[in-house]
Amino acid sequence: MKEYYDIFERDDGELIVRLKGRLDVKNAAAILQTLSSEVKTRSPSSLVVDIDQVTAFDDYGALILFELKHQLPLDNGSFRIENVSSKPEEILAQINFDEQEKYAIPQKKRAVNILVRLGDATIRHLDNIRFMVSFIGSVVLSFLHVLFHPKSLRVDDTIDAMEKTGVDALPIVALISFLLGLIIAFMSSIQLQQFGANIYVASLVALAMTSELGPIMTAIIVAGRSGSAFAAEIGTMKIYEEIDALFTMGFNPTIFLTIPKILASIIVVPLLTLFSNLFGIAGGLVVGVFMLGLTPGTYISQTIETITLFEVLWGLTKSAIFAVLIAWVGCLRGFQTRGGAAGVGNAATSAVVTSIFLIVLFDSIFAVIRSYWR
Amino acid sequence: MKNQQKPIITVQNLVAQYGENVILDGVNLEVFKGEILVVLGGSGCGKSTLLRHMVGLDVPRSGNIIVDGIDITNCNDADFKTTLRKIGILFQSSALFGSMTLAENMAVPIAEYSDLPKSVITDLIRMKLCRVDLSEFENYLPFEISGGMKKRAGLARALALNPEILFLDEPTAGLDPVSAAEIDNLILQINQSSKTTIVIVTHELFSIFKVAHRVIMLDKSTKGIIAQGDPQYLKDHSENKKVKGFFNRESSSGQLSETL
Repeated sequence: MKEYYDIFERDDGELIVRLKGRLDVKNAAAILQTLSSEVKTRSPSSLVVDIDQVTAFDDYGALILFELKHQLPLDNGSFRIENVSSKPEEILAQINFDEQEKYAIPQKKRAVNILVRLGDATIRHLDNIRFMVSFIGSVVLSFLHVLFHPKSLRVDDTIDAMEKTGVDALPIVALISFLLGLIIAFMSSIQLQQFGANIYVASLVALAMTSELGPIMTAIIVAGRSGSAFAAEIGTMKIYEEIDALFTMGFNPTIFLTIPKILASIIVVPLLTLFSNLFGIAGGLVVGVFMLGLTPGTYISQTIETITLFEVLWGLTKSAIFAVLIAWVGCLRGFQTRGGAAGVGNAATSAVVTSIFLIVLFDSIFAVIRSYWR
Repeated sequence: MKNQQKPIITVQNLVAQYGENVILDGVNLEVFKGEILVVLGGSGCGKSTLLRHMVGLDVPRSGNIIVDGIDITNCNDADFKTTLRKIGILFQSSALFGSMTLAENMAVPIAEYSDLPKSVITDLIRMKLCRVDLSEFENYLPFEISGGMKKRAGLARALALNPEILFLDEPTAGLDPVSAAEIDNLILQINQSSKTTIVIVTHELFSIFKVAHRVIMLDKSTKGIIAQGDPQYLKDHSENKKVKGFFNRESSSGQLSETL
């Protein structure tokens, strides 16, 4: 790198650096690497940089000068640039070279007291809860409005949401439920076989699927597929001011966006659950017939004997409640979106996590209710 | 005056097509080193399409685009990357990364392509932001600043590596006159101080007269260039109805029926 600069030291301790050649984006890193360490080891009291022989100069060149200036002791060093021709001068003026120090003072991150942080977090969570509650209110009011003014329901959007949430989810729900039925039957058969109670595999699969696993698995799949999609859709609309546009056109964004999604979910999620139950039982049937030596007839009759209508309806009621939770949380997180692309990602993630949490929470509540009921 | 110079970008017989829809049909164009070329034309005439092809974002159906000696429609990845290193782009929406502060946005290309240590990069970014008058906003996120500031930040990011060619897609669209004038001044400043070749897509008449060395005008019906030259000369002397209409802000009923 010697070809880019010469260094002389005068008797009075002044260091002269004569830069030559191209001081631009291509060479800056290499020049800086050697030159700044060389200047630093000499620790001069004053520094003169001569740029008379510089052939090309851009803001990377200015950067070299700036870094050299910073090798001097802050308080008593003197720094001078000599032979500045018009073009470098223009660039140095554009970047406000002499004033750069005032920006260069590193901004210290304020150390925040733990109590303040705790308080901030609490306020944030309370705000979040307040928004959640007010959103529940908004959804209920919108539902009442739609009830009394059926024309305000966006039927096309509802049907579209039903297709996306329900029909499109059917293959994956069916596959997962089938495999789930297979697994339960297989696992339970290992235990039940010891007692010669193979036939009760059918009862176990039927009961587990209809009252617990069918509704829960369906809800989790729908939360992952559609809850996140609701949040991302509404979040993107929020960022691009589409929600504001709706509002200024006199629409209630909740009626326009949320009600179709919640309504569609209430209709299709129980239907999906029904399919989930059926496919789960079919999975159990496959294990029963091919591994446990049961005939399809005995398996099915044992299944029918076990399930009561109450059991099925109980499961479907739960799944309708889950559907409301998923759609509500998805829309809520969408409306809460702030910022840019990352905000949408956070909204979708949060929608899935919150709805799965709520699904499990409400399922436990249902279990408690059930145990006191009968 | 510029014609004796070597072109830095040459577009030969460019045909651009999205699906069935032919946007540009046989465009020939030369951009000379150090000039400010403004591409203009009405909405939907293919201005942005031309720009997207010139930077290699879209692949033409046929034709060649030679940027600084490399045909980017037909070259290997290494050559393409070298070419990309020479160009800076300001997108219409600024395209700042929303999850990063302005300083972090600018650090992305600098950290990737230079060997400068981290503390030096921080200093460099401050200088660059100072140049676009944003020095106090380095720790702001894009959604916290105004549209004009976003454009300036986008410009600063496009200039991060001092590119030889700068592409600006509607740099002053949607800005107030003062912010637009600031951007225009920056463009002139960059062109003068670093001899950067600048290609601007715009239809802001005021900016065109202020910054353009040369303009080319595209048109929807011919799917190509209908006029090129000095903007003042075109305004005063062009015989073409559409060119006249554009510069004098006249709506011609013929043009309307054509687009419908």
